[in-house]
Amino acid sequence: MRRVRSMSERTLYDKVWARHKVTDLPTGEDQLFIGLHLMHEVTSPQAFGMLRERGLEVAFPDRTFATTDHIVPTEPAARERPLADAKAETMLQALEENVEANEITFYGLGSEFQGITHVIAPELGLSQPGMTVACGDSHTATHGAFGAIGIGIGTSQIRDVLATGCVATEKQRVRQVEVTGELGPGVYAKDIILQIIRTLGVDGGVGHVYEYAGTAIEALDMEGRLAVCNMSIEGGARAGYINPDATTYDYLEGRPFVPEGAAFDALVEDWETLRSDADAVYDDTVTIEADGLAPQVTWGINPGQVVAIDEAVPAPAEIDDATARTAAEKAIDHMAVTPGESMEGYPVDVAFIGTCTNGRLSDFREAAAILDGASVAPDMWAVAVPGSEQVRAACEAEGIDEIFLDAGFEWRQAGCSMCIAMNEDALGPGEVCASSSNRNFIGRQGDKAGRTVLMSPAMVAAAAVAGELVDVRGHPGVRR
Amino acid sequence: MTVEELAVRRVTGTGVAIRGNDVDTDQILPARFLKEVSFDKMGEYVFYDARRDATGALNDHPFNRRQGASIVIVNKNFGSGSSREHAPQGLMRWGIEAVIGESFAEIFSDNCTALGMPAVTADQATVEQLQSFAEEQPEAGMELDVERARVVTPEGEVAVQIDPAAQEALTEGIWDTTAIMHANLPETEQLAAGLPYTDR
Repeated sequence: MRRVRSMSERTLYDKVWARHKVTDLPTGEDQLFIGLHLMHEVTSPQAFGMLRERGLEVAFPDRTFATTDHIVPTEPAARERPLADAKAETMLQALEENVEANEITFYGLGSEFQGITHVIAPELGLSQPGMTVACGDSHTATHGAFGAIGIGIGTSQIRDVLATGCVATEKQRVRQVEVTGELGPGVYAKDIILQIIRTLGVDGGVGHVYEYAGTAIEALDMEGRLAVCNMSIEGGARAGYINPDATTYDYLEGRPFVPEGAAFDALVEDWETLRSDADAVYDDTVTIEADGLAPQVTWGINPGQVVAIDEAVPAPAEIDDATARTAAEKAIDHMAVTPGESMEGYPVDVAFIGTCTNGRLSDFREAAAILDGASVAPDMWAVAVPGSEQVRAACEAEGIDEIFLDAGFEWRQAGCSMCIAMNEDALGPGEVCASSSNRNFIGRQGDKAGRTVLMSPAMVAAAAVAGELVDVRGHPGVRR
Repeated sequence: MTVEELAVRRVTGTGVAIRGNDVDTDQILPARFLKEVSFDKMGEYVFYDARRDATGALNDHPFNRRQGASIVIVNKNFGSGSSREHAPQGLMRWGIEAVIGESFAEIFSDNCTALGMPAVTADQATVEQLQSFAEEQPEAGMELDVERARVVTPEGEVAVQIDPAAQEALTEGIWDTTAIMHANLPETEQLAAGLPYTDR
């Protein structure tokens, strides 16, 4: 039996939930209002179809925003309509018809704001503290970086949000993940979250939301916080969030969907009340140490199979549980890695920087600092895909595109690209990709014999130049 | 459909075992098959890559050998990764009516409930026992009794766990929550209007 909490013992999650709960449902679930509904082309057409079947309308079109990211080509010339891929063109047209018929704001191909949902909503100022955010995409936890509750939903739940503005859901337990200490040079937000997933497991967060806290989290800028919250789902957590603070408010001030002046001050005053209380009650607390943390890389086929770049890949023989041992053997076989040896020197064919995890301006700045004056290794296919057209424009204004192009990278337009390989960007059989994305599942980046190693953008850049995995620490280009 | 018609109180049929932890939704339904505006063909794509060898020929994957099974028995963290409802839709359209596992990713089990498909859990030993039973006696039937949270086989019955809300939704035929929540639209609009961020 859970203890009833007094008003001064509440987490941000408790407070945001209470604000958005409409009523109890007969199932025992809560009917929760969704304050921001983000939509893309892949998971929405079926939901609109269900809506039409039932004769229902979109209840809150002004709280719904759409873009196109999963299937769009990223090569500028390939974005001309109709798209060469007829199935992709059909999906895009379906979205365009649905948003037009339902008066939903849409940032489509050609819009200066087009990009990955979880990149554009923050940069537009749509994602704000204290909101509930839903999207038919598991990486919706990203928006938790603002102190919002972001949840990924399936298509039937998209239908519910469209028709009712709500989801039927149950409150989860809250685990505080405290990251103490301070990151060293060449170690980033991505390394923190990979370390968290490794420590707690890919299913460690089932039944939980994660509240990320501690000095190393507070020290992160908004883009770092977005990267951490983004991969909550890879740790099995339904959502992940960070209490809002001055970093949050400074980021938001002046963005297109954020009110100005006295209205902004009033919002900040409200946002301050949302932070978890000093005596908030958590279901449990876990501590992760940032001091001395090395760059992290995956060695296997799930995002919990992680080692430090200078640490040996584990031997399956040392794993007691038979199912886990079989999984490790399968991973070692697929990746062709050697237990007992580190991932340093692991050969790489493809380098990919982008995605809703690491496709923001600071990610390209970090990578550019490594690439400046260097060239990618011979036969390396290196691709940079800004997470949004705004990110691309910001990079180009700083000359970052030139640094990438001079180093031998392709410089693309915004989309999910080789994170999910639903467009033309895909791994071939046996290719190894150093990737700033979030999933290393078999077949995720294209061919089912392709291999993915997850890491920070700076580590991808260093691997692109070396042609193999290297430790980016000590590289003269490391900025922080 | 009436709630009586929607109610799922028991699932009867034969079982099929998919062994291994962390079977993600990219394995259940590879992303390249998501490029369709309906779920109609998802049954053909379920476990598409896992069911084929390097030449593209069908291999001995359980889903190639056990067409007709209606209960799939899986291990830990099944359905992790992407939120794509295409994964449970594919299982359902292939013929699966219930999932028994050690644990499920959150969004996957939510998607199952939203489709009226029970996703119940049991400890590792119980799951492995049911998997072995399905493998060794493929023609013998089994029944998932959702009301009593039991799995019944000719060898006896074992207890399983089901989320109380999901159990209520399934057995009462109220798992499709759209209509219920839609009826609360006035209250929802009132709540929305009172939120700080809608007042601009």
